[in-house]
Amino acid sequence: MESKTTRSKVLSSLSTASFPVLAVIAALVIGAVLIFILGLDWRLAYKSLLQGSLGTKKAIAESLVKTTPLYFTGLSFAIAKRCGLINLGAEGQVYMGGLFAAFIGLSFAGLPRYIHLPLTVMMGFIGGGLLGLITGVLKVRFGASELITGIMFNYIAIKLVSFFVTGPLKEPGDLDQTAIMEVSAQIPRIIENTRLHAGLIIALLCLVFFYIFLWKTTSGYEMRVVGMNRGAAEYSGISISKNVLLAMALAGGFAGLAGCCEVIGVQFRLFQDFSPQYGYEGLPVALLGNSHPVGILLSGLLFGVLKSGSNTMKMLAQVPVAVIQIIQALVIIFVAGREIYNLTKLLRRNKQLEKAGGMNGN
Amino acid sequence: MAYLEMKQITKVFPGVVANDNINFSVEKGEIHALLGENGAGKTTLMNILYGLYRQTSGEIWINDKKVAITSPKEAIDLGIGMVHQHFMLIPALTIIENVVLGMKENKQILDLKRAASDVCAEAAKYDMTIDPFMETWKLSVGQQQRLEIIKALYRGVKLLILDEPTAVLTPQEVSVFFTMVRKLSEEGHTVIFITHKLPEVMQLCGRCTVLRHGKLETTVNINDVKNKQELARLMVGKDVEFSVQKTPAVPGEEVLSIKNLNARNNKGLPALKNVSFDVHAGEILGVAGVDGNGQSELVECLTGLRKIDSGVIRIMGVEIPKLAARTILEQGVSHIPEDRHRRGMLKDMSVKENLILMNYFKEPYSTKGFLNWKWISGYAQELCKEFNVKTPSIEEKADKLSGGNQQKFIVGRELERKPKLLIAMHPDRGLDIGATKYIQSRIVAARDSGSAVLLVSTELDEIMELSDRIIVMYEGGIIGLIDDPQVTREYIGLLMAGTRPQDSLEWMSPCP
Repeated sequence: MESKTTRSKVLSSLSTASFPVLAVIAALVIGAVLIFILGLDWRLAYKSLLQGSLGTKKAIAESLVKTTPLYFTGLSFAIAKRCGLINLGAEGQVYMGGLFAAFIGLSFAGLPRYIHLPLTVMMGFIGGGLLGLITGVLKVRFGASELITGIMFNYIAIKLVSFFVTGPLKEPGDLDQTAIMEVSAQIPRIIENTRLHAGLIIALLCLVFFYIFLWKTTSGYEMRVVGMNRGAAEYSGISISKNVLLAMALAGGFAGLAGCCEVIGVQFRLFQDFSPQYGYEGLPVALLGNSHPVGILLSGLLFGVLKSGSNTMKMLAQVPVAVIQIIQALVIIFVAGREIYNLTKLLRRNKQLEKAGGMNGN
Repeated sequence: MAYLEMKQITKVFPGVVANDNINFSVEKGEIHALLGENGAGKTTLMNILYGLYRQTSGEIWINDKKVAITSPKEAIDLGIGMVHQHFMLIPALTIIENVVLGMKENKQILDLKRAASDVCAEAAKYDMTIDPFMETWKLSVGQQQRLEIIKALYRGVKLLILDEPTAVLTPQEVSVFFTMVRKLSEEGHTVIFITHKLPEVMQLCGRCTVLRHGKLETTVNINDVKNKQELARLMVGKDVEFSVQKTPAVPGEEVLSIKNLNARNNKGLPALKNVSFDVHAGEILGVAGVDGNGQSELVECLTGLRKIDSGVIRIMGVEIPKLAARTILEQGVSHIPEDRHRRGMLKDMSVKENLILMNYFKEPYSTKGFLNWKWISGYAQELCKEFNVKTPSIEEKADKLSGGNQQKFIVGRELERKPKLLIAMHPDRGLDIGATKYIQSRIVAARDSGSAVLLVSTELDEIMELSDRIIVMYEGGIIGLIDDPQVTREYIGLLMAGTRPQDSLEWMSPCP
């Protein structure tokens, strides 16, 4: 019954790889139509979008600055997904990462950079990781959905940062912000006269780590087994709890690095609402990238480029930034829509096979 | 002219031709078997007749009139009824409520009394006495099935399709059921009997249509068929070795011993009641019983997947700790789980990744936490070759393999660990004859090399063919232990139905 033709096999594997590309193209086309309806020149809009994001060395650097946190939060969502979890708490974890990094970055003046900087980065990872771990503990211990607790922790973490920057960590003056981080805790810039910092290198290393961990190590194998089929995990004696905790801690850690790099790499201060929803933006990055390192590498870049080019587009073509947000939303809808389509197709097929093949056990 | 004619029926599902140009005709009043392996297209063909599917092409003629059947309602109006494998009864309703459910003759106020007396009269024709106001859940499986038939007859059905009706019945229930079917045919009803069980075809049916891979193989008169081997050849397309070669068992030391095991099911109700037995090296202990009498819970207790309430399980004399699947597996236990999709395999992982599920953390599968993919690839290739797994490559997603090949790699993975105790539950459910025989022979080979085997199956033939000793489970307890090869299937059937024969039978030692 299940003999598929080679042709359809080839087509299906081709479509897995090409679908995200198609989704992006379709979203851009609809975006163009939208700009046209607004009475504006879509060609000029896209040209200025590209110019603003990739036109000059500085523009490229700025796009990469925007891309860096998306890699981290994309990985955050992806590693949880690989373990069968949905980490909607990344935003809170970003804030905790920033807060923990600020604790270290504001103290230990005089420490050499090669100690101070790694320590700060590590604390950023730990800050986010701890919050992720707590979410995991609640899941394992009480069966609380990580989806709900994650979102609730977002509020707590954001308010916690507000408390610190308006209180204990507040720099004297009118603004609710911390003082500038110690220089020894700042991430060095890679290209002079731009904001591009070495956090990008950390992000790329994390992508490599993600790949090696999941596909080359026994722990990563365990995590994928848990994510794909919990019944099989129990059957083979793999601890689901252990893997849920590890996945949530790593997911929190990745998101924490996003906050950390933002604080010690871009802003050099911690202040309220310092993350423009990086945590939530990781979701479409991972979704479009199919929770695969290469996919995240490309989709993170795409979203970074869209973000950084949108201002130029507004200036030169008078296209509102909201259009970019619509394009991003369309990409998500197409990708998510396909997931839903796949799911219903699978369900329908299973049903038919069940009817057609009798006791096939499918 | 034939009563029913299906002409050149073709049904295409995406990527699959389920029925390919099938011509099928049935005479009035006959019992016609529709025979074929799993996936041969029997049920698809009948679902088309019953209006559940539309054919891609082809025509259906009833009484020389061309008909278009687009829904079960139309099928019933044409006098076609179908009894599915899974009954369409509502357990909380009474029998009569189930019978009249959805009938268009129903008025605003139900006249259940009248309907009840009609139904009783109908049932009486088939020697069935029923209390129409009894709740349906109180009926046995066999009774429910007969109720489904009565329900169809009450709707004026002349042609009855029965989809693998005996799969859920004990041998006794089967013979009662056969009597009813014969009576139906005498009364002028036509019966189409979907099955893959050859003895039943020989016993009950007048003619037999064989499907293979979605195509019509042939239609034969059962009187012209010499023996079931001939039917099997038609069904499978080649000669079939029926019996598995097996020498008498040479039982060795005790490998598994269970004392007074109690456990509850997922609903929290007692599922195992004081179960005690043991399995020795070099023997196959068969666990017979109708589905749902505690077999699943028993296996889960043994493999650390279910909490036990009380009792002692010892493997090689060592008491196994509660709920530690890995520790149990490491004691030398292999487990072929009952539902490969739920536990046994990872459908989105490659064959290679599936094959290391039990051993990935050991040398040489991995070193210091890193998987040795190169070594694993070689190992996977060898295993696939040894266990006859047909796959384009070891990188192929497990999902893309046929059910038989999926089961073969699971069996291979488990047997390759050279288990001291092999727990196999429905190891060949849903597989074709070829794959079934292959897996059975590997299980016997494992026994011969000294493994203790606990084989759980609801197929009595399989249990009787493979087992050296048999225990019968009924409602969570062991109702009988049989170690005499001369015991008849009828006797085991009685036990499966919960009837404990007189203790005077010397070859039977009842368990507490």
